[in-house]
Amino acid sequence: MSDLLDVRGVSKRFGGLLAVSDVSFHLAQGEILGLIGPNGAGKTTLFNMVNGVYPPNGGSIWFEGRDITGSPPHRVVQLGLSRTHQIVKPLNGMTVLDNVTVGACFGREYQHLRPARETAMEVLKLVGMGDRAQAPARSLTIAGKKRLEVARALAARPKLLLLDEVLAGLNPTEIAQMIDLVRRVRDSGVSVFMIEHLMQAVMNLSDRIVVLNFGQKLAEGRPEEVARDPQVVEAYLGDDKIAHKLMEKN
Amino acid sequence: MILRRLVFWLVLLTAAAFAYLPVRGNNISLREDLILVAVAIILASNLNLMIGYTGYVNFGHIVFYGLGGYVGLYLATVRNWNLAVAALAAGAAVSVFAFLLGLAILRLRGAYFALATIGVLQAVQAFVSNFDPWGRSTGLYVEFTSYESLGGPVRALWVIYFLVIALMALSMILSLGIKISKFGLGLFAIREDEDAAVVLGVNATMYKAIVFSVSAFLPAVAGTLMFFKNGMIDPSIAFEFMLSLEGIVMLMLGGQGTVVGAALGPGLYERLRSWLLTSPRLSNFHLVIAGGLLLVVVLFAPGGLIGWLYRLWPRSQEVIE
Repeated sequence: MSDLLDVRGVSKRFGGLLAVSDVSFHLAQGEILGLIGPNGAGKTTLFNMVNGVYPPNGGSIWFEGRDITGSPPHRVVQLGLSRTHQIVKPLNGMTVLDNVTVGACFGREYQHLRPARETAMEVLKLVGMGDRAQAPARSLTIAGKKRLEVARALAARPKLLLLDEVLAGLNPTEIAQMIDLVRRVRDSGVSVFMIEHLMQAVMNLSDRIVVLNFGQKLAEGRPEEVARDPQVVEAYLGDDKIAHKLMEKN
Repeated sequence: MILRRLVFWLVLLTAAAFAYLPVRGNNISLREDLILVAVAIILASNLNLMIGYTGYVNFGHIVFYGLGGYVGLYLATVRNWNLAVAALAAGAAVSVFAFLLGLAILRLRGAYFALATIGVLQAVQAFVSNFDPWGRSTGLYVEFTSYESLGGPVRALWVIYFLVIALMALSMILSLGIKISKFGLGLFAIREDEDAAVVLGVNATMYKAIVFSVSAFLPAVAGTLMFFKNGMIDPSIAFEFMLSLEGIVMLMLGGQGTVVGAALGPGLYERLRSWLLTSPRLSNFHLVIAGGLLLVVVLFAPGGLIGWLYRLWPRSQEVIE
């Protein structure tokens, strides 16, 4: 398997705070990689470096064998790396369809307006929002806005999708739908890199997991390995029994 | 396709009416009224590209009009260029200026950008007031003989009138064309949430600089024609801050972000202002009315007249752009 994403020793400093420190990992083609860690561990900062929102202070980021360190976000998207936001950012004054059309127009395929609308409609049906196409984005529920985030990112026809806590704030039914959606996305050939707090979901979905704590990589491996790692248990899961419970569900 | 849009045909119809009405019966006073309306529509429509489409409030939009007037008049009178060529050259020069300026100041957002545009207006005015080739604070004058190239002064006024009407129609068609294009979609995304737009792949820095530059072109061309028509230009009339403010009032009144609103607002406001200015009791009162009007619009109808129409009758959005 060839590496789609290769992160080599990246660091990010905000003033005196070292938010991410010398983190390395890779993501293989077709993989779902989970990123977990306590609040403030630097997960979203890591995402922001990968998609170009922040240039790293050190290290490099490689996507499909190309150095994308310091590339601005709009260029990273066009290479095939899309993301969603933890705090949703809908384009409120526009319709759901227009939101997703923006993704298709300026994404990897950089489509013209008319084909972009068709792509957008297709993606909206995929995420189960076909009937809301003409609704204003501001009228959506939080679950709807999260799905809109995913739809916009997918409309860019990415090779790698970064999902920043798409399950947070959803009810059990919505969570099940979203998990199903992530699986379908992967099955369609898109690799996924996801931040998630919902342990059961992330353990279930991920092929491998990276654990961050205080900006450093604490562990990396298959879900069952990570859940048994004593350091991870201490830093994040808190209790040995929880770890066992999580794995039972598998 | 733009030809399938009702508004496109409305624009052509309006322009035809503007061109025809004063010709019928050789009505000079109507022509002078309408040319002011047309200029107001040119300014507000292009300002709308920044405020309504991109979400960047430009308080110094009149700089483009004034600079266009200066460059064009300088080329047409001092350098004896053909008026049309001088006007187009002025438009191009001011657009390049706006593009470079935009790359610098469009990094600022919200109130900071708005403040910077006021600074630019003051700086340009101060510069021109001290710039020798443009006659410092006395400005430039058009020799009476310059009108001969357009067939004498009487005919020149008509020629300029028709050209300005054409610019008015072009401004509105430009607004409509951008609104239904991919470029426009990118601008709207920037307006709604610039950070999200960038993450979705919109090159916001470039888009903003381009639209800033585009919004400068037609006002600059119109500036050349209007100051040529008036026979003179000086820094205080070319860069009048009040006109910049009134441009914003007109746009808000009609409905920012809409093609029709950016024409309707100036039309109504310009007529109201002319009436106030010429009525003896109210002549010093028009800015009070403008301020009051802006307050009422912002408080009660933030979408302006067209926004109000959209709320009353949502389906109108599909037809009235």
